[in-house]
Amino acid sequence: MLGSELLLKCLEKQGVEIVFGIPGGVVIPLYDVLKKSKIKHILTRHEQGAVHAADGYARSSGKVGVCFSTSGPGATNLMTGLATAYMDSSPVVAITGQVVKSFLGKDSFQEVDTTGISMQITKHNFLVKDANDLPDIVAEAFFIATEGRPGPVLIDIPKDVFTQVVDKVREPKIRSHVIEKLRKPNIDEIVFHKALEVLKNARKPIILAGGGVNRHPGNQELLNQFSIKNEIPVAVTLMGKGVVPAHNPFYLGMVGMHGTTSANWAIQNCDCLLAIGVRFDDRVTSKVEAFAPKAKIIHVDIDAAEINKNVTSFISILGDSYDFLKLLSQKYQSTKSNKEWINQIKLNSGEFDDSFSQIGLNPQEVLETVNELLDEDTIAVTDVGQHQMWAALYVHPYKPRCFITSGGLGTMGFGLPAAIGAQMANPAKKVILITGDGSLQMNLQELALLRKWNLPIKIILINNGVLGMVRQWQELFYQENYSEIDLAASPDWEVLAQAYGINGTTLSTPGEDLITLRNILDSKFPWLVNVKVDKGAKVFPMVPAGSSLDEIWGRWGNEAHVSSLG
Amino acid sequence: MKHTLAVLVENHPGVLSRVSGLFSRRGYNIESLVVSETEDSSVSRMTIVVSGDKAIIEQVTKQLNKLIDVIKVTDLTNEEAVNRQLLLVRVAADNTTRGEIVQLMDIFRARVVDIGRRSMVIEATGDEKKIQAIIKSLQPFGIQELAKTGTLAMLRGSKEK
Repeated sequence: MLGSELLLKCLEKQGVEIVFGIPGGVVIPLYDVLKKSKIKHILTRHEQGAVHAADGYARSSGKVGVCFSTSGPGATNLMTGLATAYMDSSPVVAITGQVVKSFLGKDSFQEVDTTGISMQITKHNFLVKDANDLPDIVAEAFFIATEGRPGPVLIDIPKDVFTQVVDKVREPKIRSHVIEKLRKPNIDEIVFHKALEVLKNARKPIILAGGGVNRHPGNQELLNQFSIKNEIPVAVTLMGKGVVPAHNPFYLGMVGMHGTTSANWAIQNCDCLLAIGVRFDDRVTSKVEAFAPKAKIIHVDIDAAEINKNVTSFISILGDSYDFLKLLSQKYQSTKSNKEWINQIKLNSGEFDDSFSQIGLNPQEVLETVNELLDEDTIAVTDVGQHQMWAALYVHPYKPRCFITSGGLGTMGFGLPAAIGAQMANPAKKVILITGDGSLQMNLQELALLRKWNLPIKIILINNGVLGMVRQWQELFYQENYSEIDLAASPDWEVLAQAYGINGTTLSTPGEDLITLRNILDSKFPWLVNVKVDKGAKVFPMVPAGSSLDEIWGRWGNEAHVSSLG
Repeated sequence: MKHTLAVLVENHPGVLSRVSGLFSRRGYNIESLVVSETEDSSVSRMTIVVSGDKAIIEQVTKQLNKLIDVIKVTDLTNEEAVNRQLLLVRVAADNTTRGEIVQLMDIFRARVVDIGRRSMVIEATGDEKKIQAIIKSLQPFGIQELAKTGTLAMLRGSKEK
């Protein structure tokens, strides 16, 4: 058996059904034997598309997403995607070809130090020197990608390892200290009971749930019921969207820079913050010294290094969110009503005015309509920028793993390939991509895949003709010095859709156009919906970078202008 | 404050770069790093002296533990441990000073390992304080060349685990 055949066997053994990739020089031996395998290969148009697609596949399914690329530029093109997956703890396995072993270190054609470059943006990586090691390495790579806090793993394979003949295939073996290292920690009972006491004694408790909670599909029911039964409000981070359904009466929405006023006010005024599966990113905490100043913070995380990294906790619990929520549901006995606290949150959140007054279609209104059209299983994927924050504020998928977005790295161009990956993993579900004209043009080439694989993805292009989030900052913080944000001479989107063999339409007038949108979202075909919006539309509420979460900008009550709450 | 960490790692290429990359990426200060094979040839031992407050050391330890190739991290700072550095120093020495230097080095139990007409090479081991004291005592004679290792550390017998 050849090394290349052995690799595919190992991947099959891990349950891999789909890989995303592009062939090239040193991986031709791998692609040469691909048809002997049951694995379906999706040819993307750029390696960055392949890795984001694998990421979208992983995030939406919980399974490992796999991508292939060649050495050199193929490998470097993966790096943005690996960093994206790393920041958001997504289990991706990337397999890169490498020059033959004897050429390593000689600056050979299409040689880069792939493992060296990817070291800081992967959970681990491997350079395979002997095809006999492939079973061990592949098994370990998948184990590392999924166990503990998930993350991307890269396997770099020289061309002559693909062509090496393997006589006897070893049984895969994972190093014992690796198993030990990633083993799920048991929740310390003494610490748990201390936390329980703090929560019980709290008069103003709040739960903050992050991406770590989104990982386990069983968490939603546990958290939702716990919150309703004990009247404890739940706020989420961007990565935590979907951990509680939006119709939960105690759901406050997203916290942070563009968080809801109620979530941010509750964080700043609670006396106990139960934070589960969050890493206290600066977009969440804003000015960290002023974050949740009155709260005893109970931090639950599976990654010990997250405890006390950005925010010092009063009690820290090392463990899996599902184990924790199960234990909490069993042991917690509510002793009092939180009605007064909940009323306080409502009263003090200010009357945020989201009646939209922009010219033409309002992006917020369009996304509200999209939200109304979601079914129980719809997956919403976003790119990065204003549309992403509007989506976070107005689009609320029902289930976990159904709001897919590049939160940590903020990678423009993530959306389209991630939506492709999500649709591939969930062929029966409705996938909606909410993107912007800046982001979409960063991986536009992947549009070809919609037609090729009949992927009925609905692309809602919030088109304001500018790099909107940069424009918003330049308007608010840089004295309206609009520098290099104009996306003039972008393509005619309807013609472009047509060129790629999919349906395209433009919406620009309020009212009737929203009816068209309903029809499109019900269609069985891919659509590119060009939604023309005012470039002056801004995302509010907004906490300026560096301010505390108490300082929230927006329009309140009947005010004509933006001002700060409180 | 300085902390001495004993880090057992897999003995294969790239591990040093993972560890040093972690320190530079997260902005931790390495005072010294010594690495060599252990009694088990598949395992290397890194002795890392790192400076920082309690929170930083906690982060360093946790981040090191996250590296897949790291087997075990032990903080030897507050433990009963033997700490040693190795010093080689070439000091100016002629007929008038040679005797004095040898006498001085006797006090520190340092050894003369080479003698030239105008200089001599001295070898010494000891903890950081002792090595600093030796260097200071030799400075008046004129240090021509100096090389020393970082700290190596090991728990004392009564603390064996």
